[in-house]
Amino acid sequence: MSREQLAVQRARKSFQTGKTKPLEYRVHQLKSLQRFITEKRKDIAEAVKKDLYKSEHGTELFETLGLEGEINLAVEKLAEWAAPRPVEKNLFTISDEVYIQPEPLGVVLIIGAWNYPWAVTLQPLVGAIAAGNAAVIKPSDVSPHSAKVMEELLPLYLDKDLYPVVTGGVTETQELLKQRFDHVFYTGSSTVGKLVMEAASRHLTPVTLELGGKSPCYIDKNCDLTVACRRITWGKFVNCGQTCIAPDYILCEPCIQSQVIEEIRKSIKEFYTDNPKTFEDYGRIVNQRHFKRVMALMDGSKIAIGGDSDESQYYIAPTVLQDVTGESKAMQEEIFGPVLPIISVSGVDEAIQFINEREKPLALYIFSPDNKVIRRVIAETSSGALLANDCLVHFTVSALPFGGVGNSGMGRYHGQHSFDQLSHLRSCLIKKLNMEGVNTMRYPPHTAKKLGWARFFLLKQVNLGKLRRMALLATLAALAAFVVQRFLR
Amino acid sequence: MERQALKRAREAFLSGRTRPLEFRLQQLTALQSMIKDRHTEIATALKQDINRSQYDTPLLELISLENEITLAIAKLAEWAAPRPVEKNLLTISDEVYIQPEPLGVVLIIGAWNYPWAVTLIPLVGAIAAGNAAIVKPSELSEYSSLLLRAMLPRYLDQDLYPVVTGGVTETQELLKQRFDHVFYTGSSTVGKLVMEAASRHLTPVTLELGGKSPCYIDKNCDLRVACRRITWGKFANCGQTCIAPDYILCEPSIQNRVVEGIRQTLLEFYGVDPKCSPDYSRIINQRHFNRVMSLMEGYTAVLGGQSDASQRYIAPTVLKDVSPHSRLMQEEIFGPLLPIVTVSDMDDAIRFISEREKPLALYIFCSDKKAIKRMLDETTSGGVTVNDVMIHYTLTSLPFGGVGQSGMGRYHGKHTFDQLSHQRACLVRSLGMESVNLARYPPQDRQRARRVRLALTSPMIDFSKRTYVWAVCVTIIAFGLFVTLLVILLIQ
Repeated sequence: MSREQLAVQRARKSFQTGKTKPLEYRVHQLKSLQRFITEKRKDIAEAVKKDLYKSEHGTELFETLGLEGEINLAVEKLAEWAAPRPVEKNLFTISDEVYIQPEPLGVVLIIGAWNYPWAVTLQPLVGAIAAGNAAVIKPSDVSPHSAKVMEELLPLYLDKDLYPVVTGGVTETQELLKQRFDHVFYTGSSTVGKLVMEAASRHLTPVTLELGGKSPCYIDKNCDLTVACRRITWGKFVNCGQTCIAPDYILCEPCIQSQVIEEIRKSIKEFYTDNPKTFEDYGRIVNQRHFKRVMALMDGSKIAIGGDSDESQYYIAPTVLQDVTGESKAMQEEIFGPVLPIISVSGVDEAIQFINEREKPLALYIFSPDNKVIRRVIAETSSGALLANDCLVHFTVSALPFGGVGNSGMGRYHGQHSFDQLSHLRSCLIKKLNMEGVNTMRYPPHTAKKLGWARFFLLKQVNLGKLRRMALLATLAALAAFVVQRFLR
Repeated sequence: MERQALKRAREAFLSGRTRPLEFRLQQLTALQSMIKDRHTEIATALKQDINRSQYDTPLLELISLENEITLAIAKLAEWAAPRPVEKNLLTISDEVYIQPEPLGVVLIIGAWNYPWAVTLIPLVGAIAAGNAAIVKPSELSEYSSLLLRAMLPRYLDQDLYPVVTGGVTETQELLKQRFDHVFYTGSSTVGKLVMEAASRHLTPVTLELGGKSPCYIDKNCDLRVACRRITWGKFANCGQTCIAPDYILCEPSIQNRVVEGIRQTLLEFYGVDPKCSPDYSRIINQRHFNRVMSLMEGYTAVLGGQSDASQRYIAPTVLKDVSPHSRLMQEEIFGPLLPIVTVSDMDDAIRFISEREKPLALYIFCSDKKAIKRMLDETTSGGVTVNDVMIHYTLTSLPFGGVGQSGMGRYHGKHTFDQLSHQRACLVRSLGMESVNLARYPPQDRQRARRVRLALTSPMIDFSKRTYVWAVCVTIIAFGLFVTLLVILLIQ
């Protein structure tokens, strides 16, 4: 039996013991995960520095802070999330218990990505643990230092059998995907996403695919360009552009293009100094393959800012390309690097058309002071998420479901959404064996009269909450009337 | 032909026709009229397909369909409205909400056992969510399928909601095309193929599949009532219901009483000869007739067992002491055969159920609350009804769907709308208050990091309607009490 098969088998056996059912156990595991992040902060930061040249503060801000927030939220809210959820009844079921019961699915496979190796691998794990599942964690081999630290240190904090870490490359991942899971959670590219879904289809395993795409960023000519460009610059060059929700390209009118370029230049200088290469907070491309890929995307386009590089360090300067067209190389695939093309459009109409001609992106950014323009873009386009007048921050709002649509993915997570995605929401109807007389209307031999009754009972929806509130109000009104009458005589 | 239909549907969708709620309401109202006006023709088609009685058709199919349409019309504005969510300190002055949006073109592949309900209820959700939809009814329910193809274009927009009929070849051709969602009801075997085809386009799927739904009868419950309810659920539509109780689990000591209870009920429902009862259906076709008959090999029925191939009639049949390894227990029966498998107690039943694939439904007949809870905790299934069968299907507030081999995704009521929408996360900020953002920009240092941490990890503020209403009510009550107190003091 292969290493992967063994890990899955052990996880399933452990899950079947029922260990993960009690909420206390799940909270205990989540708190251990929290301790892991706090106690091994240095190891994590070092690993990320080796993988992506990210500074310690950058790691905290973009990897572990969000993760800690998710864990805290899960610990605090678990009892609420896992409790039965009562629903509206009809007249037929008025005296019955009707609710949705969240249940664990079983063994979840979490395939992480390399760009935020801790956040995108462990945030789904938080949901998996909270929902009471076992989980096989497969960190990306493209961020090998983080993968190694995860493999060595995570078992010291979490249950080794329930949450094994399986490292490896394509072969190991394929071997894992042959096994049967109860859910597969994949973060990565659309190409591999298709293969993951195909493999999952053989076992009828549901999937969550957090993929990517080219996230457009439209700048209205009437907005405060200084602020807009500062926010865009931040969003684009964080992690050296290797963020699934980074603004991929800019759409703006030709009259403001040079101003946009100037403002971005100013912001780059403000953030990364005149020499980003020597600056601690500016990252690197993860490996040579991606370095070459990103460099090639600049072919054929006019460089307005940056463009310099150093292959020995996988360093690419913050780069802006101007007068890019839809046919340019930079517009053929998700850039995932510090190259920001600017495409001219005649206005918001053309921008909407440009966006709709392409695959639905993971995020859509629009910078405009005019609410009407924002509403129009929302109504006439589609994307995983939409953020007006800023970049990336929707990722930090746990109440917002994070995920794609179309080619940018399926399913969603963060906060309670992770819990719900990795649970089975079981419909429960608890009746009693009495009141059998009511059922007569549905039994053969059928008559028109019986059918009439059945119709009445099935079609009337009863909102008990509303009834209760009205009853309370009526009681209060009666009390008030009594008091007024008694004391105002 | 399939490609043409899809092309027209997509063009019609891209024209933006389905976006206004008025359009969707108009289509839903038209669908409602179709069901109301043509219910006689629908009943006739079903009689020809499966010998469904004229009362079972509304009872088992049309009432729930009507219910779904009425609910969608009443609630559409609420479902399609932006849904505000909790904010954190960082986004406290921003608009944060989830906006439901149409997905695009949905493919709905129907089934033959309830050809109207399982094909059109997803369509209700598709229309409500603002999608276009290609409706592919099952060719096995031939009359219903042809009637739908003739009727639907007379009531609904022909480009947006085309009906494509045909068999395996046509379905495969459809599945090669690119859709924005595929909604399939049918068997697990074909479900895998549907999901595989969808994976090529990264199309999300809803698969309403099947399985063997167990029915556990505790020895201490009212057997008479239990057996009547089970008999109704099992033999309605001649057992061809995805959530029919597939087999019974009970202790050997009550097996004979269970058989007796079912026998008496069958007499009550269908008379001495069910073949003559207008309320007893037939098997859909010869292939399934042969399939179901062959499942009985090696067993002698303790009730029923008669058949008539010329009518595809199989009598309501019960089999005792069935072995877990028998053919009856290897596949979903989907016919009027009810095996009884004996177990030593509830623990044994739980073990039996958990050893097998997760079913679409689980039925428990028991009067002991603690025992019910234990069984619910230690098993899983798509849905569960305790002390009755199938009724969870009728509640639009309960999400209907499977888990594991019995399917993925859910529908009914608002769940259909949500399943066939994209829930887009929207965050609308302003370009002001830039100073708040300074902490996140490089160059990073400890002080800035601390500030960001504070903004992101502060407790979230709940701006939901419920809290708002609660706050307002409490304020009114407090004010009222205060006024009352004042009045009392002044009078004194």
